[in-house]
Amino acid sequence: MIASSSPEPAIEFDRASFQLNGRPLLQKLELSVKQGETLVLLGRSGSGKTTTLKLINRLLLPTSGDVRVNGRRTADWDPIRLRRSIGYVIQDGGLFPHFTVARNIALVPRIENWPQPRVEARVRELLATVGLSEDLKSRYPSQLSGGQRQRVGVARALAADPPILILDEAFGALDPITRSEMQKEFRALQQRMRKAVIFVTHDLREALLLADRIALLEEGRLIVDLPVADFSQSEDPLVRAYMEAFSGCQSPD
Amino acid sequence: MNFLHFMMTNRQQVLDLTLEHITLAGVATLLAALVGVPLGILITRIPQLSKPVLGGANVIQTIPSLALFGFLLPAPWIGERAGRLAILALALYALLPLIRNTYAGIHSVDPAVVEAGRAMGLTDRQLLLQVELPLASGVIVAGVRIATVVSIGLATIAAAIGAGGLGEFIFRGLAMVNNQVILAGAIPAALLALFADFALGRLERRLGSLRMKS
Repeated sequence: MIASSSPEPAIEFDRASFQLNGRPLLQKLELSVKQGETLVLLGRSGSGKTTTLKLINRLLLPTSGDVRVNGRRTADWDPIRLRRSIGYVIQDGGLFPHFTVARNIALVPRIENWPQPRVEARVRELLATVGLSEDLKSRYPSQLSGGQRQRVGVARALAADPPILILDEAFGALDPITRSEMQKEFRALQQRMRKAVIFVTHDLREALLLADRIALLEEGRLIVDLPVADFSQSEDPLVRAYMEAFSGCQSPD
Repeated sequence: MNFLHFMMTNRQQVLDLTLEHITLAGVATLLAALVGVPLGILITRIPQLSKPVLGGANVIQTIPSLALFGFLLPAPWIGERAGRLAILALALYALLPLIRNTYAGIHSVDPAVVEAGRAMGLTDRQLLLQVELPLASGVIVAGVRIATVVSIGLATIAAAIGAGGLGEFIFRGLAMVNNQVILAGAIPAALLALFADFALGRLERRLGSLRMKS
């Protein structure tokens, strides 16, 4: 990679490790994501995927090595500013149950003190972006379906137009049909938005559908980091194991 | 002379003592809330403090109320006026349910929701005021309800140190061996407690539904 010709990576892990009570959860991770790129972090539960995400928005700080966002170490960022520049989507949306849909979506714009008319316009715009009817604006999360909640979660993450988006098993709680819908829509959305996206999943098919690159984690180590086209051809035994585990489901008659 | 007749002929005094009773219990609960809720929040932030604080409030509860009045008697400023002393003692008793429920209420907020808030860039203060306290408010009000009812009940004993309230009738009735007079204090006190329980119970249910908005 030639530094001068390629844009500076939006997110960069530089031999980043994280230990908890002496137990290494992540070891010397080397990873970078450019603007407009979608990296899928693939791995089993406990492989360090969520830890990796938490290092990006400084919910955790690396115990050694560096994590840089827009060229600056996360340790040097004001954590509040850093987090407001990163959209975060979690399973089942992580919505505030006591806020309406509109207030949930407007969370970051409001704490950033946007003027009220601009907040309202943004909420309307985002509801359209994620394919939700404006009638849902004044509903509470418990009055929505799982798919609708997830869409609100995506809208909330996009609200202040952050350059970076991280998603943790975002579509994991959805039924297969809604899930596949959301995946396709998300891919289309990302093609328009061109954000730096890190998407965590344990679902290989989801990874193959959404990723530009797939990084496979196992026990806190990066096993491979490959463009999606090369991933399925990889001879790495763990990659093979993944391909086999999922090949049964594709069942081409 | 029956009970109702006694109430009618002494209605001014019944009213005065009831108001005095409400003031004692009300001010004590308010005071306890002003201390207890922040303490409850504090121990969610500094978990090492939770054991000593909750333990301390627990120990206070085990002190017999008459003895607590006695212990506080030599305190400067407090001991000078029976009203002050009674309010302080009642507030000390009301502390435990308030601290405990604030602590439990904040802990019962879904950790995924709190973490989502933190990850979106809410400051600690915004997280507390916009997420944790609103979602804990049902449980906190349940603590206020318990504290209020306990205070109203215990406030009858304040008359033993001359702090007034409906306990005046009860102690006078005991001395006169007159049930009507005892009832003139006991019944309004019980009604007050029931009313407070009912009103705060309604508020509690309304706030509790925030958590899972129907």
